[in-house]
Amino acid sequence: MSHLPLLAIFLIPAIILALATLLTWVERRLLGLWQDRHGPNRVGPGGLFQAVADGIKILFKQDWIPPFADKTVFVLAPSIGMMTVLLSFAAIPFTPLSGIAGTLNIGLLFILGMMGLGVYAVVLAGWASNSKYALLGGMRAAAQMISYEVFMGLSLLGVVMIAGSFNLHDIVTAQTHCWFILPQCLGFFIFLLAGIAETHRLPFDLPEGENELGAGFHTEYSGMKFGMFFIAEYAGIILISSLVTTLYLGGWLGPVLPAVVWFVLKTSGVVIFFILLRAALPRPRYDQLMALGWKILLPLSLLNVTATGTVLMLRAAG
Amino acid sequence: MLNTVRTLFLTFLHAFQARATVQYPEEQPYLPSRYRGRIILSRDPDGMERCVACNLCAVACPVDCISLQKTEENGRWYPEFFRINFSRCIFCGFCEEACPTYAIQLTPDFEMSEYARPNLVYEKEDLLINGTGKYPDYSFYHVAGISIPGKDRGKAERERPPVDLHTLLP
Amino acid sequence: MITFQLDGQSCSTRTDINLLQACLEAGANLPYFCWHPELGSVGACRQCAVKQFSGPEDKTGRIVMACMTPATEGALISIDDAEAKEFREGVIEWMMVNHPHDCPVCPEGGECHLQDMTVMAGHNTRRYRFTKRTHRNQDLGPFIKHEMNRCIACYRCVRFYRDYAGGDDLAVLGAHDNVYFGRAEDGTLENAFSGNLVELCPTGVFTDKPFSETYTRKWDLRGAPSVCVHCAVGCNTFVNAREEKVRRLLNRYNDEVNRYVLCDRGRFGHGFVNAASRLNTPLCLSDEQPTPVPTQAAMAQFARMAASGPIAGIASSRASLETCFSLRSLVDPDLFSTGQTQQEQTCTELAYALLRDHPGAIPTLHEMESADAVLILGEDASATAPRLALAVRQSGRQNAFLAADAAKVPRWMDAAVRTIGSETLSSLFVVSPAPTDLDGIARDAIRAVPDNAARLGFAIWHELDPTAPTVPDLKETEAEQANRIATVLAAAKKPLVVSGMQYGSIALMQAAAGIARALTRNTSEAGLSLVLPDCNSMGLAMMGGAPLETIIARAKAGAIGTLIIIENDLTRRLDPPEIVDLLEAVPNIVLIDHTATPLWQNANLVLPAATFSEDTGTLISQEGRAQRFFPAVFPPAPIQASWRWVQDLARALPSKQGTPASPASTNLSEWKNLDEVIADLGKELPVFAKIINAAPDASYRLNGQKLRSQTYRASGRTVIRSYISVRDQPPPTNSDTPFSSSMEGAYRTDMPAALVPHLHAPAWNSVQALNRFQQEIGGPLRGGEAGIRLFSSATAEGKDSVQPSSAPDIPPPFIPQPDTVLLLPEARLFGGEELSMFSPPLAARAPPPDLRLPTSAALQPRMTLHLKGYGPKTLPVRHLAGLPDGVALCPPHMVAAAFRFPQIVRLTPDPAEGEGEGEGEGEET
Repeated sequence: MSHLPLLAIFLIPAIILALATLLTWVERRLLGLWQDRHGPNRVGPGGLFQAVADGIKILFKQDWIPPFADKTVFVLAPSIGMMTVLLSFAAIPFTPLSGIAGTLNIGLLFILGMMGLGVYAVVLAGWASNSKYALLGGMRAAAQMISYEVFMGLSLLGVVMIAGSFNLHDIVTAQTHCWFILPQCLGFFIFLLAGIAETHRLPFDLPEGENELGAGFHTEYSGMKFGMFFIAEYAGIILISSLVTTLYLGGWLGPVLPAVVWFVLKTSGVVIFFILLRAALPRPRYDQLMALGWKILLPLSLLNVTATGTVLMLRAAG
Repeated sequence: MLNTVRTLFLTFLHAFQARATVQYPEEQPYLPSRYRGRIILSRDPDGMERCVACNLCAVACPVDCISLQKTEENGRWYPEFFRINFSRCIFCGFCEEACPTYAIQLTPDFEMSEYARPNLVYEKEDLLINGTGKYPDYSFYHVAGISIPGKDRGKAERERPPVDLHTLLP
Repeated sequence: MITFQLDGQSCSTRTDINLLQACLEAGANLPYFCWHPELGSVGACRQCAVKQFSGPEDKTGRIVMACMTPATEGALISIDDAEAKEFREGVIEWMMVNHPHDCPVCPEGGECHLQDMTVMAGHNTRRYRFTKRTHRNQDLGPFIKHEMNRCIACYRCVRFYRDYAGGDDLAVLGAHDNVYFGRAEDGTLENAFSGNLVELCPTGVFTDKPFSETYTRKWDLRGAPSVCVHCAVGCNTFVNAREEKVRRLLNRYNDEVNRYVLCDRGRFGHGFVNAASRLNTPLCLSDEQPTPVPTQAAMAQFARMAASGPIAGIASSRASLETCFSLRSLVDPDLFSTGQTQQEQTCTELAYALLRDHPGAIPTLHEMESADAVLILGEDASATAPRLALAVRQSGRQNAFLAADAAKVPRWMDAAVRTIGSETLSSLFVVSPAPTDLDGIARDAIRAVPDNAARLGFAIWHELDPTAPTVPDLKETEAEQANRIATVLAAAKKPLVVSGMQYGSIALMQAAAGIARALTRNTSEAGLSLVLPDCNSMGLAMMGGAPLETIIARAKAGAIGTLIIIENDLTRRLDPPEIVDLLEAVPNIVLIDHTATPLWQNANLVLPAATFSEDTGTLISQEGRAQRFFPAVFPPAPIQASWRWVQDLARALPSKQGTPASPASTNLSEWKNLDEVIADLGKELPVFAKIINAAPDASYRLNGQKLRSQTYRASGRTVIRSYISVRDQPPPTNSDTPFSSSMEGAYRTDMPAALVPHLHAPAWNSVQALNRFQQEIGGPLRGGEAGIRLFSSATAEGKDSVQPSSAPDIPPPFIPQPDTVLLLPEARLFGGEELSMFSPPLAARAPPPDLRLPTSAALQPRMTLHLKGYGPKTLPVRHLAGLPDGVALCPPHMVAAAFRFPQIVRLTPDPAEGEGEGEGEGEET
């Protein structure tokens, strides 16, 4: 038992990275599926090694830092992005036993904190690139992520109130009888949207809206530094999906099959839903995004907190 | 809101529809005869080169990848060299559009990748085919006014015999 | 100035012009064919129809031909009127009825006036379904290709060829729809200006045959403004090149010089730049064989040579001013030669002095066209300066214009003026030994050997100015002729005297200058023009230097270690024995030239120079106009401008010798570009100070950009050299000019006139686009003047005070001798000039040399000349009517590389009848 966390510290990030890489291929295959295409199917069985090929390619690309960029920050930014996402996984309880710090008593707060730090990666990248598109992308990312972080946290309060704990392990076990998606369907919905916005995935990928900003904050990035942003984004998807699973879908809980399989199945389902969103929905305008956040989601999340609190109070009183 | 859900559902349903992608090269795609692929130079029905080196294809080319030099033999104009740099060509078909003699034509062949760029520079002998291409009957010199061996003055379509200058009759 | 309304717009224009000109000057697009600014209006094509309204209340109007209607004050004109439009569209549709489906195989395509006008008139669909008229073509010689099917019967060709240029072998044949423009039978077009048919013909009937062999569409040609190097007139040209090869020359309009017309020698004589005789690598003499060496080795070789003794330099009258100056800066002042013989140099320097000090006008060619009395004294200008002769030919119409003015016929009404003019006499007098092309329109053509012509000239001078020296032993007929000519000249408002150094006679030029000076007492516009042999003869005369004889003398004295010869074929100037002397006396010879002249095999070092089409330089024409030529071609590496070679030589000199003993103001080895050479030249020789204004310098920018020398739609950029390397190369650059070599750069119709690289304006692809570049039709260009006059009537302050330094020597009358003849040079348009003979079409037009004798001499098929320094030469003999007794003519340089004129030679019957050895030798040397 004492060696297990140590092993997990090395193993879990490695697995996450591998999965994130694999996810790039999965996404393209799925997009193909929903767009009546095949997607990458040439390298390896079913195109499985496409991700490997891409990885090799991106490793061999020229490591280019624009002469006008702020070099230190420019190099630092992608690693911040990568680090915060990977650190967040520490608090995710994949099974009752595995996970690095699944029983961390402030697990959820830790993850929210890491996500908050993740904004720096994007903002610093945009700023250090010293180019107008990157800067605009960075600005958008900052505004978007800070806005959505507010009600992301608020939307989780319902779960925390019901479970009575920030400890993710406890939150999962609190769902033994009923997944929180049922009592907290509004929270679930808000958290899902906020999660998309946090990872700046389509349809909320305005920081890198390619038809307006080139590639947004990572316009000036290439080679493996771009690759780190790229992988971090996919790791972020896995993180948000894991969180959704943990917080609303009962985590590892499930009959017959082993716990880890349940966790993976549920997470995969959420990931696939993320990809379906990308395949189906257009990108909103920036003002629409902000309006949605501040005028709809924030009041709704406050309502959710109030309602949950009221119900809990009434039940406690009753 | 409902629309969004409907969109998601409809998109999801596409997973069960047929693929539009053609699995080239296992499966060869159907290419219509007017497909814009590899450029060729055709010959007229008499088997002579159709290209008259008028330079219109070269000037129409938006990427300036066609170059040629006119030469002349017995009244017929020919390209002395005719060069296309396919590493620049964008297969827009403007050259074919501009060609007044149907000489330059784009064909449904696109399999012309090379490992070395110089191999993509095609000279006249690489371009010239032994056929008429898409226009089997057209022969420019049979409608043009200049004379060539086998077609004297006034022998083109819709031409009168040469004027006899020694008569003043109307 | 008058004002008229064009489609509601108020336009002001000049009086005395027609509506077509007025509309074009107002910037309107009005199609036309038969009208040409130089030929006037005949109203043949009916294409320029416009609607004229009689007043504001007139809504119907009437269709008039703009070219036949004078522009009048307050006229109401409409081009856009629907009826006029329909009329013009109908006219062009009729023209296109018989026009063949030829554009792809027509060399005119892309610069075709007919194409432009068809688009402009709006005709686009062929309705006519019946048969087309066809014609048989003629072989019109090596210059012009004939394709009669394309003719639209605008009559421009015959009007130019017969009326303007005085030719008689091109005519209209046939009748009605069948009219045919050609010769009576196949054969070469004889006129010296036949090449202009290419530009004048609005469609592809007459096309450029040599150009057709390496044909390129206009849009693919890189253009550069240039100056003709084949005579001293200094006509402006466009050089057109592609793939670093000169493809053709076109006329470049200069309102004061050549205007719309270029002679065939200038147009087709550029072949030497592409000839096999070009030198393209440095050569060193090793084992008596010229061997290619790298440039560095050549310079090292020169450094060794320089140690062996003083360096002398021989410049050339066909090299640019900057080249001559660089050589002058390299060598000791007394070891710098102009590369001319004593006789030639005396003549050119005298011509310069006479022109500079002439108190009247030094007329431009355009001014010559309006001279109302002309005396040509002892010069066959139609061969030595053809464009000048054509200007003089136009002056013959002055009396016709006066008659037209009296009859109130506008001068542009060409057919009417010519009809009136057919009854007037010209005031042109030709005095020359041999018949000239201008005799036909001359009031009097007098045959006289040069000495007698000079005597006649002095006699005229004396008639005009009694203080002038009297001519002893003047015959009565001569006195009468002198009196007749003097009377006409004295009555003229704008008289002109033309002479030259064709016969190497100082007296002729002195007499001509004397007459012109005497005439200035009547009118300040009395003009003097002296014809010089080479494109930069005047520049050299102004620069000065020792004649060749001095160099030979010093070489014989052992005072020359190395002799640098630049762009000069000495065998054309020195007799064989003199050449041998020179070669023996000078240990080292460095030859800088673009063409392999006979001495190249004897030179210890040969350096390949750039031609006029490959570098920049300034030439000074015989009227003192400094004009700059620009490169259209970027030659491969070792080839560079001669002055850069001289600079390289200066840098290669051992440092102890340092800068040579030339004045400190020249930094020969420091020059970075041509502008610095010109600046130094102006400082060193103030007479050239103004040449800096001949054209804008290399730092000139238009709209902040260089000027483009390719058209904006030049094709093949990414492929043209991909057979060498598929990688794109940056376009070549040149630090001497403000031109970019590519299609990138500025181009405007009001760009400086000296820098216009080609003519194009929206909707005007042919050379007729020129009307968009002119301030007014036939007037100066919108970009100002091209070139600058170094001396002219405008600068004649205080010229009156300058009197001829000494009384001229009046030569004794010529008396024919029984056993010898006076051998005179027969100036030929083709065959006399050096460089143009490397051009294949021109060489084809040069007839084999023969000997012309007066009809009084017994005619034998072949006779032998006994030339000094050459031995006997046998030539076929022909009679020439009108040639004075005791005189023989033969083409110079074709008979012997160099012989001095005039020469008294012995003429004997051919000993061995038949073998043509002499002829062959003459051409080989």
